[in-house]
Amino acid sequence: MINLASIASESKIFPVQSRLTAANRWDHFLARLGVKRGGHRVEPGLYALGSPTPDSPVFVSANYSLSFDALRASLDGIDAYILVLDTRGINVWCAAGKGSFGTDEIVNRVFATQLKQVVTHRKLILPQLGAPGVAAHAVKQRTGFWVEYGPVRAADLPEYLKTHTATLEMRKVTFSLRDRLVLIPVELTLTFLPMLAAAIILYFVGGWVSSLAAILAVLAGILLFPILLPWIPTHNFSTKGFLLGFLVAIPFALSPFLRHPDWSWYHRLGQALEFLLAMPAVTAFIALNFTGSTTFTSRSGVKREMFAYIPAMAWTFGTGILLAILFIFVR
Amino acid sequence: MLNAYLENTLVYDPALCNGCGMCVDVCPHAAFEMNGRLAVLVRPQACMECGACRLNCVTGAIHVESGVGCAAAMIQAALLGKKEAECSCG
Repeated sequence: MINLASIASESKIFPVQSRLTAANRWDHFLARLGVKRGGHRVEPGLYALGSPTPDSPVFVSANYSLSFDALRASLDGIDAYILVLDTRGINVWCAAGKGSFGTDEIVNRVFATQLKQVVTHRKLILPQLGAPGVAAHAVKQRTGFWVEYGPVRAADLPEYLKTHTATLEMRKVTFSLRDRLVLIPVELTLTFLPMLAAAIILYFVGGWVSSLAAILAVLAGILLFPILLPWIPTHNFSTKGFLLGFLVAIPFALSPFLRHPDWSWYHRLGQALEFLLAMPAVTAFIALNFTGSTTFTSRSGVKREMFAYIPAMAWTFGTGILLAILFIFVR
Repeated sequence: MLNAYLENTLVYDPALCNGCGMCVDVCPHAAFEMNGRLAVLVRPQACMECGACRLNCVTGAIHVESGVGCAAAMIQAALLGKKEAECSCG
């Protein structure tokens, strides 16, 4: 429901420039680190970029600062309106998946900002990745505005605006090494404390080798996996993770043979097995969780993976830990 | 299971296509291509079930069970006893 008071308060137009400030860049840096997740927001509403006229194009964006700033930075030298939806500080694609970047929000925002009185044309240019939340025909029906899906990346907008047709390359999402690298700091921030806790506990239970094993099994999943993703053989994320974790576990499996020639053969073999069983499971689990960060995994595919491999992860991890506990008592 | 992503829930009925080309525009993996006045599903395996084509198909020619392809979200939903996974990232 829209009441008159909210229209009056929201009908103002915020001025904005294309150039990003040092404060903007600091905010982006913190967002990339995962500091204050959900807190990188701009005020929803209508923005005037440069000096737009009633004929100027209207672009639609999310109220996540990285999304909004990518848009305005790409529109350098272009006068336009930007309609910012309330996506609760979430980027366009994820918000579209949840529906907060969606038909209802666009309709409400068009009326709340009195867009029809601001521009004479009836066209909204949306980022293509807003489409999972928006039914273009429904927006037309309810507001009179046509929806035009622009390119996936804001950086392609200057080229796109020359003809208003997107090339195949502009329409496709990618997942380049750079795209994957920028995700690592957030993942590190999220896993740092649990990893530290596990490492400290393992230090007192099994010594520094066990502690290091935990850290490296996690880092293999957080750091190496995103970097190596396209080059690790096999299709499923879980098996890729198992493979990577296994490689990282090999030196640890060799360590009891090299460091403890005095131990019985079954004690050395037992400790080698602990690492070979528990470490790949940890890396595989983190790898499986990376599916949500990618640009291409389907829900039904991830579900199939989960049912197929989570039991294997649980069993191998559990057996590895059980062996470790067993060898505290059996020497 | 060698590849969990070979199959998906995307179903397209060309008989209902009106040739508007919206599915070609919104698909981030170029699963559809226009062939004259008809959309053709050329790369069904590329589908990530985002649901953009289904939502923007005015004639209802496309069906797909869309949702987030994220294990973390589904595990969380399972642990909290929720039916539908919601992405919980920022």
